[in-house]
Amino acid sequence: MTKLLKYGKPYIVLLISAIVMLFIQALSDLNLPNYMSDIVNIGLQRSGIQDTAPRAIGEEMYTKLAQFGVNLSDSYTLVKAGEGDYSKEFPDAEKENIYVLNEDISSDDMDELGLEFGKITQMTMLMSQGKDPKTAAEIVEKTDETMLRQMAVQFTKKEYTDLGVDTDKIQQEYIIKTGLIMLLITLIGAAATITVAFLSSKIAAGMARDIRRGIFSKVEGFSSNEFDKFSTSSLITRTTNDITQIQMLIIMGIRMMFYSPIVAVGGVIMAVRKGPSISWIIALACIVLIGLIAFVFIKAMPKFKIMQKLIDRLNLVFRENLTGIMAVRAFGNQDFERKRFDKANNDLTDNMLYVSRIMIFMFPAIMLLMNGVSLLIVWVGADKISQSAMQVGDMMAFMQYAMQIIMSFLMMSIMFIMVPRAAVSAERISEVLETKQSIFDPEKPEQFDNSKTGYVEFKNVNFRYNGAEEDVLKNITFTANPGETTAFIGSTGAGKSTLINLIPRFYDATEGEICVNGVNVRNVLQSDLHEQIGYAPQKGILHSGTVSTNIRYGKEAASDEEIKAAAETAQAMDFISSNEEGFDKEISQGGANVSGGQKQRLSIARALIRKSPIYLFDDCFSALDFQTESKLRKALKGYTNNATVLVVAQRVSTIMNAEQIIVLNNGEIVGKGTHKELLSSCPTYYEIASSQLSKEEL
Amino acid sequence: MSAPNQKKSGGSMGGPMGGMPVGEKAKNFKGTVKKLLQYMGKYKIALVIVVVLAVLSTVFNIVGPKILGLVTTEIGEGIMRMITGAESGINFVYIGKIAAVLLGLYLISSGFGYLQGFVMTNIAMKVTYNLRKEIADKVNRLPLKYFDKKNYGEVLSYVTNDVDVISQSLNQSVSQIITSVTSIIGIIIMMFTISWQMTLIALGVLPVSIILIGTIMKKSQKYFKGYQEYLGHVNGHIEEMYGSHILVKAFNGEKKSIEKFEVNNDELYKSTWKSQFLSGLMMPIVMIVGNLGYVLICILGGSFAAAGKIAIGDIQAFIQYMRQFTQPIMQVANISNVLQQTAAAAERVFEFLDEEEEEKDIESPVSPEEINGDVLFAHMHFGYNPEKIIINDFSAVIGQGKKIAIVGPTGAGKTTIIKLLMRFYELNEGAILIDGYDLKQFSRNGLRSLFGMVLQDTWLYNGTVKENIRYGKLDATDEEVISAAKAAQVDHFVRTLPDGYNMVLNEEASNVSQGQKQLLTIARAILSDPKILILDEATSSVDIRTEILIQKAMDNLMKGRTSFVIAHRLSTIKNADMILVMDKGDIVEQGNHEELIEKGGFYANLYNSQFERISAE
Repeated sequence: MTKLLKYGKPYIVLLISAIVMLFIQALSDLNLPNYMSDIVNIGLQRSGIQDTAPRAIGEEMYTKLAQFGVNLSDSYTLVKAGEGDYSKEFPDAEKENIYVLNEDISSDDMDELGLEFGKITQMTMLMSQGKDPKTAAEIVEKTDETMLRQMAVQFTKKEYTDLGVDTDKIQQEYIIKTGLIMLLITLIGAAATITVAFLSSKIAAGMARDIRRGIFSKVEGFSSNEFDKFSTSSLITRTTNDITQIQMLIIMGIRMMFYSPIVAVGGVIMAVRKGPSISWIIALACIVLIGLIAFVFIKAMPKFKIMQKLIDRLNLVFRENLTGIMAVRAFGNQDFERKRFDKANNDLTDNMLYVSRIMIFMFPAIMLLMNGVSLLIVWVGADKISQSAMQVGDMMAFMQYAMQIIMSFLMMSIMFIMVPRAAVSAERISEVLETKQSIFDPEKPEQFDNSKTGYVEFKNVNFRYNGAEEDVLKNITFTANPGETTAFIGSTGAGKSTLINLIPRFYDATEGEICVNGVNVRNVLQSDLHEQIGYAPQKGILHSGTVSTNIRYGKEAASDEEIKAAAETAQAMDFISSNEEGFDKEISQGGANVSGGQKQRLSIARALIRKSPIYLFDDCFSALDFQTESKLRKALKGYTNNATVLVVAQRVSTIMNAEQIIVLNNGEIVGKGTHKELLSSCPTYYEIASSQLSKEEL
Repeated sequence: MSAPNQKKSGGSMGGPMGGMPVGEKAKNFKGTVKKLLQYMGKYKIALVIVVVLAVLSTVFNIVGPKILGLVTTEIGEGIMRMITGAESGINFVYIGKIAAVLLGLYLISSGFGYLQGFVMTNIAMKVTYNLRKEIADKVNRLPLKYFDKKNYGEVLSYVTNDVDVISQSLNQSVSQIITSVTSIIGIIIMMFTISWQMTLIALGVLPVSIILIGTIMKKSQKYFKGYQEYLGHVNGHIEEMYGSHILVKAFNGEKKSIEKFEVNNDELYKSTWKSQFLSGLMMPIVMIVGNLGYVLICILGGSFAAAGKIAIGDIQAFIQYMRQFTQPIMQVANISNVLQQTAAAAERVFEFLDEEEEEKDIESPVSPEEINGDVLFAHMHFGYNPEKIIINDFSAVIGQGKKIAIVGPTGAGKTTIIKLLMRFYELNEGAILIDGYDLKQFSRNGLRSLFGMVLQDTWLYNGTVKENIRYGKLDATDEEVISAAKAAQVDHFVRTLPDGYNMVLNEEASNVSQGQKQLLTIARAILSDPKILILDEATSSVDIRTEILIQKAMDNLMKGRTSFVIAHRLSTIKNADMILVMDKGDIVEQGNHEELIEKGGFYANLYNSQFERISAE
């Protein structure tokens, strides 16, 4: 896993910026309800008046208060009518004496003052309702501060109105001002969100690119050992789908996984600040939500797990039904197949029904939870508000925070499903990245011995596949000489192709020594070694491109004449020229648009064009019909000339004329010699030959 | 069989965040939807229930915020009353009543929601089940001809991909359409009851986000295409290079391969981040526009509330409506896409189900019991394609117990005769008669019960060895199975397997070798005790010892039966009572070995090149 994490390094700065942006985004999202609550609390409930104590009091009221024994001289200063420039704020200051609140008053003092006004207001109110001063004073004593402040605001509002102030305008302005702040916050949040989208795309795409490049170049250096270990299709999945999975996770991760906790934590902080006494509701909601998700998880998980198996089973049965269509009909077993499919179909349907019944439970349940939470907040909130422990706006904001928190938890639970899946992909990728190459170039490569060009020697070679219990090749010793054909024959599993694969170092011999041109293959650069070899694999593998690019793959600088010559020798000319486009005929991926025999002929031409001293033909004649093969063999003789030719074959007729035939059985050489010699000396060879040739030919 | 997978990996890389699938469209959208509805006709009542439940559930849910707003209003006003000194504070009895009503509404809404989902899932699963079943049954009724032009991967993807798309669509989209539309209408109505001015603002914000999203969609579509294209290039290159790894190594092509990869990989990177960025913009934009609306509603609502036009609770309700508004709209915007995809999938499935089937068997078929196995080909004409007749006027009489060898180069169409004989394909002209009865006078299964078939393309299924042998005669006893295995020379081998006759063959049946598989199919054929045999001799990829076993088993099998052998072995060919020589689909020569050699034609030529004399070279 550490190898994989390294790919994140270049993106750390981007990632940190993304997280910073996420914080900004979260702050913006979380602050909006806050301001909305201000609009309700101050804008509506207090008519937009933020001051608890009025900043100016008319002389009449001031005197009245003084009569009640309230001494305001410490806080307020007299301003004579028309003096100063207070008339703008308080129109009546023009014709009336007013007392103005001292500029330097601290907010604590002002709050203190506000409470005082609140008490007076309540007192007056109670007495006007007919309460006697004593009871009124008792009630006032018991009244909560929040309520007193609210009352002080009422007082202030009334005083402002008396001074000719347009309080409706104050309210309007407050609401619009707050609204504009919200707008600004929204825009900042938006900018942050867009930046996050940008950064996360860059990070995810960039890391995907780097990992993909890393894996691809790593795999290109793999030997066949590593390909056996992983299998080709698995390596393809690891380089394609698995990386896409990781890319998706990174994007989702940044946009949601990091964001949700930030919002959740921030939401909790904000909510607790708004309504500390009802925060337990959020905790309760989260517990219920987690319980709900856990319930669904536990119920559905086991069924989820077998789902893929059941789908695979259904597909398998259907596929078997398709591929075996002839056999099914030949035996008249349609009913049997119908029942088999029906069982798979039923199993899958039952399982899916179970899972989706649980899943459809989720949505209404979460809806109910969210609605229930809202209701609970209002219910409990109403009580708190009536006790003045909370304000209406706070409750409304609290409700929105609760929703944001629940949503975050929901998002996080989605991530919990996604992360393990991506973790499997990550694991699969890092497995490849951490695999050590088993075959590599020597540190001090040797040069080939020019005097021994074309010689291929095996000296007591043993070979065993990784993890196998037995050797595939045992004590193989032979020499293939220039100008000669050395052929290998034997039943499947005898080790013929394995032997050929050791020469270009697709695998390394487990024991013993293989020399090409007089030098051990381990001591030269692989690229130098491959230069010496023209290789045609067992399966005719082609690349997408044209006929000519495929042949040219053997020798990039080849002229058109050389290509033609190689194609002619490989007996590929007849089908190339029968096509209008000739050498420019498109070959689709995997050579899907040419037949097996044509593929092999092109692949032989590709090996031939190298004009290399050594040719390896790994059983590549078997897809050709006998006539074509015999023509090819004849042409080959003239083309390869002084080269060393190693051929693996299934048919005796292919190799009858080889200078040296090596008969393999269970990984051992059981016969070596010419056709004639072997017929008499090697029973295995005779067995093979007799099954393929007529009596008189033996 | 990787065709459907490839299709998938190329097409739907998106995942949940991938954004817009590059659209796939049905040729006949209306017709297909109609068909799908007809198909679901038997669930009419259930569907009506689903619609009613979905609408009710949504309606009850949508009324909620407005009623909840009443509570908030009452609280706000109660407080004001307290402040201004009015006698009563918050009216808790009133709030309690409303809360009770709300709780009831929410419970009903969620309950209906669940019921609706429950019924819909049942319908969806039943439809899915039936579609799969019908497709599988259809496969058994289609003429083999059909599979000449369709590959298995395509048919497989009807069951895997297309039915899945339909299933998901039914399971989710149907409910979604109903709830989304109801929500949108309901929310608009509720908004209007609060304040038409605020509603207009809320609705006015909507086109802004739709236009913005539309623009981005259009732009990102371009990058998504680029993304798909380069992903295809990169994945294609990876597949090709990994698939031909030894070739790349042998020809020192690693450097070139990496260079090509880098170029495509860089292009992929560019289109990836651009497309991801643009699709990542969708949510923020919806959110921003939503927040803008939120702010405007706060301002306007605040002013209205200050002016006493609306209550505090209405602001709260309105904000909740605004929040609930975006989701159904996004869903509706996506629905046409989903519907198109569903229609495209349904269209393929229905087209498949409507394919022409095999001719029906005749009413009172000949019983296969009394048949001996005389075969007569009478002026047979056949072509896989009616414009291209490949067998012209072939006639032959083959007596009971005779051996017929079919020879020819690879790809000469040697299995054609077999396919005609077993009535996998219909003749264009002429007739094939068995014991004087035309093939069409048999029921298909009756006819085929006459034959035992052992092909090189050995088909075994994912079951135990015993089950696979028993496939030849489903009611065979264990003893019969074992004696068939003995006759096929495979009993000994089976007994060496880990679980013997109960060993399960894995999916590719790769836990037994090719040769052993062929022996098992021989055992299967022996068990079915056929009148006429059809054999395909092994050519390669079988080791010598196994080949000898196969030969022996086949010889056992052929005793006393009319047999058609696709022959590669000299002994078989020479001993044949008749040799049919095929080239390019046509029967070019017929006769026994000596006659054909004498003729010096195609067979003689083939024979000589195939079995060259040592002295000839």
